[in-house]
Amino acid sequence: DQAEQFFRSGHTNNWAVLVCTSRFWFNYRHVANTLSVYRSVKRLGIPDSHIVLMLADDMACNPRNPKPATVFSHKNMELNVYGDDVEVDYRSYEVTVENFLRVLTGRIPPSTPRSKRLLSDDRSNILIYMTGHGGNGFLKFQDSEEITNVELADAFEQMWQKRRYNELLFIIDTCQGASMYERFYSPNIMALASSQVGEDSLSHQPDLGIGVHLMDRYTFYVLEFLEEIHPASQTNMNDLVCPKSLCVSTPGHRTDLFQRDPQNVLITDFFGSVRKVEITTEALSLDRDVAGCESKFLEEELATEPLKYAEQLPVAQIIHQKPKQKDWHPPGGFILGLWALIIMVFFKTYGIKHMKHVF
Amino acid sequence: MAAALLPLLLLLATGPGSGRADAGQERRDALREELLLTPLPTGDVAATFQFRTRWDADLQRGAVSHYRLFPKALGRLVAALGVRELHLALTQGFWRTRYWGQPPLQAPAGAELWVWFQPTVTDVDKAWKELSNILSGIFCASLNFIDSTNTVIPTASFKPLGLANGTDHHLLRYAVLPREVVCTENLTPWKKLLPCGSKAGLAVLLKAERLFHSSYHSQAVHIRPICRDASCLAMSWELRQTLTVVFDFFSSGQGKKDWSLFKMFSRTLTDTCPLASQSKVYVDISPKNKEKELLEVSPPPTSVHEAIVQGDKKTYAVYDLLSPSLFNTSRSLNVQLKWKRPQDSSEMPIPTLHAQRYVGGYGLQTGEICTLIYNTHPYRAFPVILLETVPWYLRLYVHTLTIITKGKENKPSYIHYQPAQDRRRPHLLEMLIQLPANSVTKITIQFERALLKWTEYPPDPNHGFYVGSSVLSALVPSVTAMKDMDVEQSPLFTSLFPSSDGSSYFVRLYTEPLLVNLPTPDFSMPYNVICLTCTVVAVCYGSFYNLLTRTFHVEEPSRGGLAKRLANVIRKFRGVPPL
Repeated sequence: DQAEQFFRSGHTNNWAVLVCTSRFWFNYRHVANTLSVYRSVKRLGIPDSHIVLMLADDMACNPRNPKPATVFSHKNMELNVYGDDVEVDYRSYEVTVENFLRVLTGRIPPSTPRSKRLLSDDRSNILIYMTGHGGNGFLKFQDSEEITNVELADAFEQMWQKRRYNELLFIIDTCQGASMYERFYSPNIMALASSQVGEDSLSHQPDLGIGVHLMDRYTFYVLEFLEEIHPASQTNMNDLVCPKSLCVSTPGHRTDLFQRDPQNVLITDFFGSVRKVEITTEALSLDRDVAGCESKFLEEELATEPLKYAEQLPVAQIIHQKPKQKDWHPPGGFILGLWALIIMVFFKTYGIKHMKHVF
Repeated sequence: MAAALLPLLLLLATGPGSGRADAGQERRDALREELLLTPLPTGDVAATFQFRTRWDADLQRGAVSHYRLFPKALGRLVAALGVRELHLALTQGFWRTRYWGQPPLQAPAGAELWVWFQPTVTDVDKAWKELSNILSGIFCASLNFIDSTNTVIPTASFKPLGLANGTDHHLLRYAVLPREVVCTENLTPWKKLLPCGSKAGLAVLLKAERLFHSSYHSQAVHIRPICRDASCLAMSWELRQTLTVVFDFFSSGQGKKDWSLFKMFSRTLTDTCPLASQSKVYVDISPKNKEKELLEVSPPPTSVHEAIVQGDKKTYAVYDLLSPSLFNTSRSLNVQLKWKRPQDSSEMPIPTLHAQRYVGGYGLQTGEICTLIYNTHPYRAFPVILLETVPWYLRLYVHTLTIITKGKENKPSYIHYQPAQDRRRPHLLEMLIQLPANSVTKITIQFERALLKWTEYPPDPNHGFYVGSSVLSALVPSVTAMKDMDVEQSPLFTSLFPSSDGSSYFVRLYTEPLLVNLPTPDFSMPYNVICLTCTVVAVCYGSFYNLLTRTFHVEEPSRGGLAKRLANVIRKFRGVPPL
């Protein structure tokens, strides 16, 4: 039975795309939501190179933060989810609908660095977590644009067509979050939302020292749940259900597109990076002559005369870089002669009687 | 079993000295690290970390395959893009030159990147764009926003700091992103470039929670070619990572002027980085106004070093972490600074050169940028180059440029002005101004604010738009003449700017960045317009349409319910008119 479970999921690597779409200080809780999922996912084994973290605003070093370089999730400043080892891939103005869709579909300009790309293949399990302000059928990005559920569903279909995922877990924590997964039509997607259509997701608790709400209720529950998980846990997705007393809103889920039974899906299939290890008893013989790679010393050309540093403020050189503007002089002889010739030709052709108009 | 144990024993026997890949190659790279603690006149303390990796290899020839101390990410970058010099600084806060004195190395608020390319690079703009994208991935900063609208080509400032045999300024690019935020995500990759990471040596003090709770935090990476030795016939590559932080007297110091490493960084030094050839802590104990020492340091330093830094004689207490006597008494080193007697606030020395900049004017149409440059030297005049980069949406009127010193107009010896092109290029103004002794120079220029297209506004347009800091480069006369010192022996903080002669020292200052409001449209207007238009159309056109097409016809009143019909039937029988 354990062996059966071991081979069930069929993925070989894990990716996570964590997006916070809200700007401004009073949306501190959305950044804290995303960072708590980031922290859990890193703790369970997914490395920074496989996480695309998008934060639409900077809360940790915000001038309004009484404790700089920290983002707390529990009141009384118990847990700093920002930590000391964090790498944010898309920050501030870079979090736009266009960049998000480009990351998902892989249509990225060629000069984008590796850490900003989602380099998944057909055996990757991807976790996509989004949080922010949303409505029925849309999610607001940074107070200036929005992404609709139709666009999101189409993006996932593009990912499926390009075989960019094996299985996908989509979690959304916004108001009316269930509307965002209504339109999905690609296989192997499981979706969780913090509230149904017509309901609002509520925030958890304010901290009087910081002055804002620190987390949303659904993600607070998810964080507490994930703190109990370790890489060898056998907990499955059916255990991740937020009770009404804690969440107040009714969390939703969608599993009809998913081929496996949620009972058999481990939490670590998406949140952790559990590698499959094959133990072999055969012996491998390595080539003994490895150290023979020659280390070429390219003979360095020594300069014939000593190299020197540049002068930092070469005043004389700078002044003579541009020719000095000469002062205005009255026009010289050649110009005067040229003008006299032009005027003569003019009056010759049109007659001398025009001269009286001049004087 | 025995066969497996034998190589293990061999490894243990040879010890850490055997970490070489091939026996014939000697170590060609070296790491030096140092920390400089400077108490500032206002009671704050400045800590400057410098980590320098020097590598005697030629990255340009592409013969390198083994990276040891020099980080591979930066080495590959320099080799692939033909970079001769790279300087990247990420700063939060502003260095108050007027109150804190000349900075060792200042950087403007936000992100600043300037690069000299090799003469072999054919398309400099393409290489610049690729470079900024790669650096944005390495340092988790939005450097990919550097494009032609904020890049300029200075002609007189930013001469190369490393070896150069020609300075064609078309190989130089300079860009500033004043809106860039610096936080732990920028510090994390910066720390990962250090050979020992943040696990040993001076870098254990770099904890984000304390470093960002400060008035000024600046981290920088400088790559340049330097002379390998005194004869300077061969070159080496130098990577210098510097981090300057100023801890505030009130918030971190809790109102007391006594400082210690534990109070600043909430940890102490415990051991050295095994890869470092030199690891020192310098504390500035220079006496002010030629009096006896005011500052007491404990534990007692390993030596006292005197140097001429920025034209002035300074005394430093040195703690050499590699000397065995330092960690004899206790396992950790916590340097403490105590003042012997209270400091008189009237003794604050004024730096020779300082500047400030502000926006004047009112309203959302016009404004004025004013820069004040102070030369407080009593009898010496010196030139200064002012470089201003103004974004295209503040339209500068160069005919309103006035430079006034001591009531008279001061004509610059060199002006380079490149006007902006809308949405393509910013303004560039470079001037070489002679500052007379003991004077204030006021430079003003008026501008007009442009109205952007509504899609060009950022998501928070009411925050305002930033104008990057202006750069002042000057050769300030020294108080004490500097002698030529061996670059390898002198402390790192004295050796970034190559000095040609000792009578003056080179300093680069930055002014404040400016925040201007542009006329912002009401972004709810498209929605309002749609609602209004639909309402007007519905009311006016709808009524008109109804008037034209509505016809009236008589309608039989309804027959009524069942009861009424029955009553009518009965009435018909009775012969009475129906209801």
